[in-house]
Amino acid sequence: MRIYAIAVYLFLYVPIGIIVLFSFNAGSHASELRGLSVQWYAKALSNPFVGDAFVTSLVIALTVAVLSSVMGTAAALALQRLKGKMRILFDGLIFVSVMIPGIVIGIATLVALVTVFDFLNPILASIWPEGAEPPKLHMGYASVIAAHTLFTMSLVIIMVRARIAGMDRALIEASMDLYATPWRTFYQVTLPQIYPAILAGFLLSFTFSFDDFIISFFVAGPNTTLPIYIFSSIRRGITPEVNAIGTMVLVGSLILLMGAQYLMRERRQQRTTG
Amino acid sequence: MTAQSKITKTYDIEFKGVTKRFGDVVAVDNVSLSVERGSFFSFLGPSGCGKTSSLRLIAGFDQPTEGDVFIGGHSVVGTPSHKRPVNMVFQQYALFPHMDVRDNIAYGLRQRSPKPSNQEILKRVDETLEMVRLSGYGKRRVWELSGGQQQRVALARALINRPTCLLLDEPLAALDRKLRSEMQMELQTLQRDVGITFILVTHDQEEALSMSDRICIMREGKIVQSGSPRDLYDNPRNRYVADFVGKTNFFNGKICDVNATGATIQIDSGLSLLGAPAKGAAPLIIGGKASIAVRPEMISITAADHTKFHPGVSLPGKVINRIFLGERSEYLIETQGHGEVLVLSPKNITGSTQSFVPGDQVSISWQAESALVLADT
Repeated sequence: MRIYAIAVYLFLYVPIGIIVLFSFNAGSHASELRGLSVQWYAKALSNPFVGDAFVTSLVIALTVAVLSSVMGTAAALALQRLKGKMRILFDGLIFVSVMIPGIVIGIATLVALVTVFDFLNPILASIWPEGAEPPKLHMGYASVIAAHTLFTMSLVIIMVRARIAGMDRALIEASMDLYATPWRTFYQVTLPQIYPAILAGFLLSFTFSFDDFIISFFVAGPNTTLPIYIFSSIRRGITPEVNAIGTMVLVGSLILLMGAQYLMRERRQQRTTG
Repeated sequence: MTAQSKITKTYDIEFKGVTKRFGDVVAVDNVSLSVERGSFFSFLGPSGCGKTSSLRLIAGFDQPTEGDVFIGGHSVVGTPSHKRPVNMVFQQYALFPHMDVRDNIAYGLRQRSPKPSNQEILKRVDETLEMVRLSGYGKRRVWELSGGQQQRVALARALINRPTCLLLDEPLAALDRKLRSEMQMELQTLQRDVGITFILVTHDQEEALSMSDRICIMREGKIVQSGSPRDLYDNPRNRYVADFVGKTNFFNGKICDVNATGATIQIDSGLSLLGAPAKGAAPLIIGGKASIAVRPEMISITAADHTKFHPGVSLPGKVINRIFLGERSEYLIETQGHGEVLVLSPKNITGSTQSFVPGDQVSISWQAESALVLADT
């Protein structure tokens, strides 16, 4: 049993370890290790395509994280007020949306957006004034952001809901009782209580969006995100440069995920002592 | 309008035919009451009797389904809680964990518009901290404080706003016994000092009896009886009240005779006992189910071979348990065929009264006037 467990962990982590190790390869072939160097990191960082893809991914991930934290928190607060069957229904829908495979979200979003664009574009063209170039809706930043937000918003809702559920309802009543309007109660009492969950949700959303390949691949249009760039460059053979990019993404993601974990945990301790 | 405001003048809180339903559940059932300005008023009853629901209707967390609630003579139906001049001390205190003691206490003042100056707020926070004997604790985090201290912060946070009425929802339930009796004294003193109307919700009869000017006993959303603690103790209107307020011995039976001074009850064990009718109770009907209620301190206990003549009722029995309570002793006596009887025997100054141990054969007795006849409800 123990050997089996060790084998599982090896199977999981050895390939990742090898990528990290080979990213420091001094040689130019991905398959043989010839001394250690950071030259591939320098090469990756100076590659303009990598830079562009990185910026694209960053812009998308930041927008997704902001949108999903704001909308997710608002939705979580609203769902808290629902009672009975409606609540069960919406809770169920949120859990389902987290479990839907990325490929399904990708295809569904693509089909939906293409249909909507095909419907709207002729209308836009017909109502646009003569002489001016009518705008044409197409895949791009907005479609990737929409598709990612669809998924990450549910993550935020689940995390914020858990935090609200653990919060003492009497705190809100105490605030109202002490003359605070509903809005002031929200930002003086509710928000300080739930912000770790919102921040953790923000970090998770960012990480998910930044690392996502499947959904982006369907709806990114002409834009190249970092995972799409890595995928396309792998088709030209695995180079230590790809390993270096992968390692950087890995480290960045780990830091964010640990940050999210830390935020959720610190709060828990405070609550037990409080 | 003028007639009404005259009536409501001396009352801080009034309920007029208030009913609160949650779905099919009737939490408060057609309750009318008035709380005098500057008094200490208690809602007493077991959990689910509607006492907390009544308090929440005053605080404005819930709105009545029917009827009218008045604060200071004005109807507050539809007024949200942040616009009502009352403040609440919550059962678990509900202190804001992300704020220190000072910010917790200043919270209410900071919501006011126009907002008092920071100096004014600081001054009043310090005064209030002093009032609840927590000077120097302003910078502490609330979770660093003990239960008793948190309780004082909760009190200070409410009282600093000088509300028309202070609402207390089982405020002492989370404290240990010794601290609880200390806080009972303190709350009472505080109430007299500040002169604000206090409304307490509790299931603890001792708490209600020791602090209140007036108690309202509730059951299943209705008021069973209200009055001063003394009145409720001496003149319970029915068995429920007698059972809830203080300890009482009951002998169940049937009414077999009613006259001007009292009634005779044939208790289930066959014995006939006399008792005085309860004041304000519904008239007794011959043949109806009733019980004779005798307070433990009204019963005296003597050795079985004692030859002293007892006017009134006398029953032989055996001591089965004795609880020593310092200045008095509580005996549980097994009577012959009439069940167990609780007797409270004060420590005699002359030391002439014998003390008894389990197994002793004794005789218990009481005057017929000190027994009450209570119809079952």
